[in-house]
Amino acid sequence: MKILVCISKTPDTTSKIAFKNGNTQFEDAGVQWIINPYDEWYALIRAIELKEKNPTATIHLISVGGADVDPILRKAFALGGDEGYRVDTDNSDSYYIASQIAAIATQNQYDLIFTGKETIDYNGSSIGGTLAELLNLPFISLATKFELEGQTATVTREIDGGEEVATVQLPLVVSCAKGVAEQRIPNMRGIMAARTKPLKVVAPVAVEALTSVVNYELRPTKTGVKMVAADNVAELVRLLHEEAKVI
Amino acid sequence: MSVLIFLDQADGQIKKSAYELLSYGSSIAKQKGIAAEAVVLGNVSTDLAALGKYGVQKVYIVDGAGFQHVDAQVYAAAVSDVATQVGASIVVFSHNQTGKAVAPRVAARLKAGYVSGACALPDFSNGFVVKKTVFSGKAFANVQIHTPIVVIALNPNSYQIQEADGVAIVAPLSIAVAPASIQVTKVNKVSGEIPLAEADIVVSGGRGLKGPENWGIIEDLASSLHAATACSRPVADAHWRPHHEHVGQTGFQIAPNLYIAIGISGAIQHLAGVNRSKVIVVINKDPEAPFFKAADYGIVGDAFEIVPQLTAAIKKLG
Repeated sequence: MKILVCISKTPDTTSKIAFKNGNTQFEDAGVQWIINPYDEWYALIRAIELKEKNPTATIHLISVGGADVDPILRKAFALGGDEGYRVDTDNSDSYYIASQIAAIATQNQYDLIFTGKETIDYNGSSIGGTLAELLNLPFISLATKFELEGQTATVTREIDGGEEVATVQLPLVVSCAKGVAEQRIPNMRGIMAARTKPLKVVAPVAVEALTSVVNYELRPTKTGVKMVAADNVAELVRLLHEEAKVI
Repeated sequence: MSVLIFLDQADGQIKKSAYELLSYGSSIAKQKGIAAEAVVLGNVSTDLAALGKYGVQKVYIVDGAGFQHVDAQVYAAAVSDVATQVGASIVVFSHNQTGKAVAPRVAARLKAGYVSGACALPDFSNGFVVKKTVFSGKAFANVQIHTPIVVIALNPNSYQIQEADGVAIVAPLSIAVAPASIQVTKVNKVSGEIPLAEADIVVSGGRGLKGPENWGIIEDLASSLHAATACSRPVADAHWRPHHEHVGQTGFQIAPNLYIAIGISGAIQHLAGVNRSKVIVVINKDPEAPFFKAADYGIVGDAFEIVPQLTAAIKKLG
């Protein structure tokens, strides 16, 4: 069985968000980069667990980006995975990125492709679905549990106001949310092994990006909190009712 | 040329987010001077002609048993076929569970530029630019779409529902429905609770509540406001509350009209899940809690005293 895990590089969750060059680029000075948490904690770890049950499985990692992504792929290798691909490009349009992953996926014919449910920077939640369409595969989004029995996957997914359990035949694309796996910390053996795992840098296939970011803006900060005395709860209710008009 | 609005349904009823989307899609159609039309997959008991009130001129209904559960492949094929058949140039979805599964596939099928998490009407002054939330609500990106066909997924609770007079034409449409690849075997609905994603008001508790046995005051306050209940990550991790209540960076990201945080200090990861709320109230005994900086209203004090008083005062409001 062959599994592909899509990995994205994102700023650490505690990063200060700021922009530069006329608000056209993310200000990355002093920013710690991490594996997108959904890609790591859920998608990658679940793939590793599947391989632990079925040692003949192979796990490929893929990321689309510049050389600055390599350390992130090495971090992912420290947790697990056998081989990696980096498609060498800076483009960030979801169709463009999914097309790059689709090109590698078509070469290698994976049984299972995992993505995180979204990246914590762009919040697109679009690579998995786009990829599934390009590959003409079934797509389960926002999976919270994933079990495999032969070629049949049993997946629990979020729906509005609850969850749904479904069975699907491989091959399949799954976007992973909280619940699919538990976070792990890499061990020393993993960290040592990560250095020598094969990481292929490949040129992008010719695809046109369909969108581009014009600029960014920060969310306006709150103008200041209005404090209400602890012995005057009625005043808070009045403010919410008359001023904010939310109750 | 038209705007095609995908109406998401659950149990035969059009969802609340679909009404926001009708208003949003109809407003885009007005901006562009083109028709606003909607599509529903499967049977619904909602009065579709009455959706004209929200500015839509026509509602296409595609009947079929294959739409009972969301199979992204089946839904995307159907919506794309409808879009092509009716000549839609802009297709809009809610950025909810269904939208996240279906919209990117539709965009890929139509080779349309796709913007998800949109939070405002497009700007046509320089091409086709859509504003979306990024960095978990901490910022926005203005995204230019370069293709003749466009797919947009709108954040729930980010566009005001607008009502006027109007009756829509309901037009059945027949298209070939693709065979399903996903077999749904079980559906677990959380009954009796207001779904977090659709709630106008959310009451949320943190570690300051000291233990699961103290959640009664949160539930009472929530019920007095017809609100959903939520919690911070440490609370979910300690299994005081179920994981589906966890809001924050790695839990649910919500955007209610009112978010009341009780005993939550306001770590940056928590704020990332709630900073799209219109009004934030923070109740915390620590005056230095960082959450106060992100709040609109605050009370410093003991939650166990303040929350029951708050519930009583709200009940008085009727």
